[in-house]
Amino acid sequence: MAMGTVHPSIAVLERHLTLYRRLWRASVFSSFVLPVLFVISMGMGVGGYIGSVQGVDYLSWIVPGVVASTAFQMAVGESTYSVLGDFKWVRAYHAMRATPVRPDDIVTGHLLYLLFRVTTAVLAFLLVVLFFDALHSPWAVTIPLVCALLTVATAAPVMAFAASIEHDSHFALLFRFVMIPAALFSGVFFPIEQLPALVRPVAYVSPLWHSVELCRSATLGIAPPWPIAAHVGCLLLWALAGTAMAAYRFRRRLED
Amino acid sequence: MSWHVAEQPLIFARDLVKRFGDFTAVKGIDVEVAPGEAFGFLGPNGAGKSSTMRMISCVSAPTSGELRILGMDPVRDGTRIRARLGVCPQLDNLDPDLSVRENLTTYARYFGLSRAEGRRRADELLEFVQLSDRAGSMVEPLSGGMKRRLTIARAMINEPDIVLLDEPTTGLDPQARHLLWERLFRLKQRGTTLVLTTHYMDEAEQLCDRLVVMDGGKIVAEGSPRSLIETYSTAEVVELRFPDGLDSNADYAAKLDGIGERVDPLPDRVLLYADDGDAAVAAVHGRGLVPSSVLVRRATLEDVFLHLTGRTLVD
Repeated sequence: MAMGTVHPSIAVLERHLTLYRRLWRASVFSSFVLPVLFVISMGMGVGGYIGSVQGVDYLSWIVPGVVASTAFQMAVGESTYSVLGDFKWVRAYHAMRATPVRPDDIVTGHLLYLLFRVTTAVLAFLLVVLFFDALHSPWAVTIPLVCALLTVATAAPVMAFAASIEHDSHFALLFRFVMIPAALFSGVFFPIEQLPALVRPVAYVSPLWHSVELCRSATLGIAPPWPIAAHVGCLLLWALAGTAMAAYRFRRRLED
Repeated sequence: MSWHVAEQPLIFARDLVKRFGDFTAVKGIDVEVAPGEAFGFLGPNGAGKSSTMRMISCVSAPTSGELRILGMDPVRDGTRIRARLGVCPQLDNLDPDLSVRENLTTYARYFGLSRAEGRRRADELLEFVQLSDRAGSMVEPLSGGMKRRLTIARAMINEPDIVLLDEPTTGLDPQARHLLWERLFRLKQRGTTLVLTTHYMDEAEQLCDRLVVMDGGKIVAEGSPRSLIETYSTAEVVELRFPDGLDSNADYAAKLDGIGERVDPLPDRVLLYADDGDAAVAAVHGRGLVPSSVLVRRATLEDVFLHLTGRTLVD
């Protein structure tokens, strides 16, 4: 579609970046400083009592989990209130809808913005933990890719959810019954083998668990519990189905 | 496909229908808007004006009937049509966390304009809507009139063939309304095609070359403001108030019967439709009636509107 010099989804990304330019200072703490403090307190503090897990020191074991869960939280956090707000309060999506920007472009632009946010946070985090000697394999360079995939796998279905609710109180349900269990039972802090067999499937369906395992195998240079293709496949499934769902929901909501 | 490009209407609708479930918002309307025209949809709330506008702006698909915008089909060519429309919605949807200028430059990118071109047009349009001195300020502290002017500037960023304005001055104070009308009039003079909805009669009279009155999803009248007044009203209207009015206005109306063309008793006054107001007043006095106040005025679109769409309040 020869519309001009810029693809509509890039134009949407630019709007997010223009907004972010005013807010980035506030986000530095939650996206860079907090995860680092977390690693220090959990890895060194708690790790001092635990010693080693699965043959490595606890700090090295927890770093890949924390990096994935940072990406996960960022993807969720930036796809809830801001998405509902652009439908209901700011109505920015309606403004876009009146232009050549299509609902699919709005979804793509938002995901591109999240990829930017998550990737910068992940790179900064990796740089810091490099100095803690927590990266044990050159495969660690694949972590930004895994986290990018996790971002889409998480943000897309959450965007679809945000686009289908009328009131922000529904987000409490999402946080309570989906996000917190996922964060707790996805092998971030302890191996999921510790979980009762009944609860373990929570991890198997969670995109977070698959990316935690992929990140961990990358920093430690070990094989993940499932074949790599299976972990990546689950993440891809979430990403593709989630994006399709989000695009459908956005189309429906902007149509009426 | 029409080959008479010069005569091709920019907007063409035949038997256009929009249904939401069981509710039919637009019940088969015919509309044609020519290039350079200022066209108005006039009607009370719930008349189907906004639903019609949403179909014209290609965000809502017609349920049935034919609709062509710029010679294209809004369902198939929606993206291409939207690239050539400027939309000023009823609910403001400016980005409150962006500056006035950024609101325009960001929007320019949605149309695929280069950054430099977006900046150039933004500055030009801020000048046009008299907001240049606020270019760097945030949107939130702006007054309602300023926001609406910014929204109109934003709708112009792609140099559209048609500008769609949904209730452009609702909620604005008189000064802001007049400034806005003046700007829209300039647009019209430049040859921009304007399509607007309004429930303000003075707005329709000020801005529209031609308009349709909608009621209950249908078009009940069509023409220029003047021709509508000539067709549906008398040249003048006499407003009579009686000292013991209120409950007895219906009785007075009976006593006034035969003077002028039509008598309309309202709770607070009686309207007398006549081509010669002064003669009608003389006739009233001739019948021995003594109103406490008499006002002879020219008929307005409001008289037409109330005559056609009734006085029942629609919420």
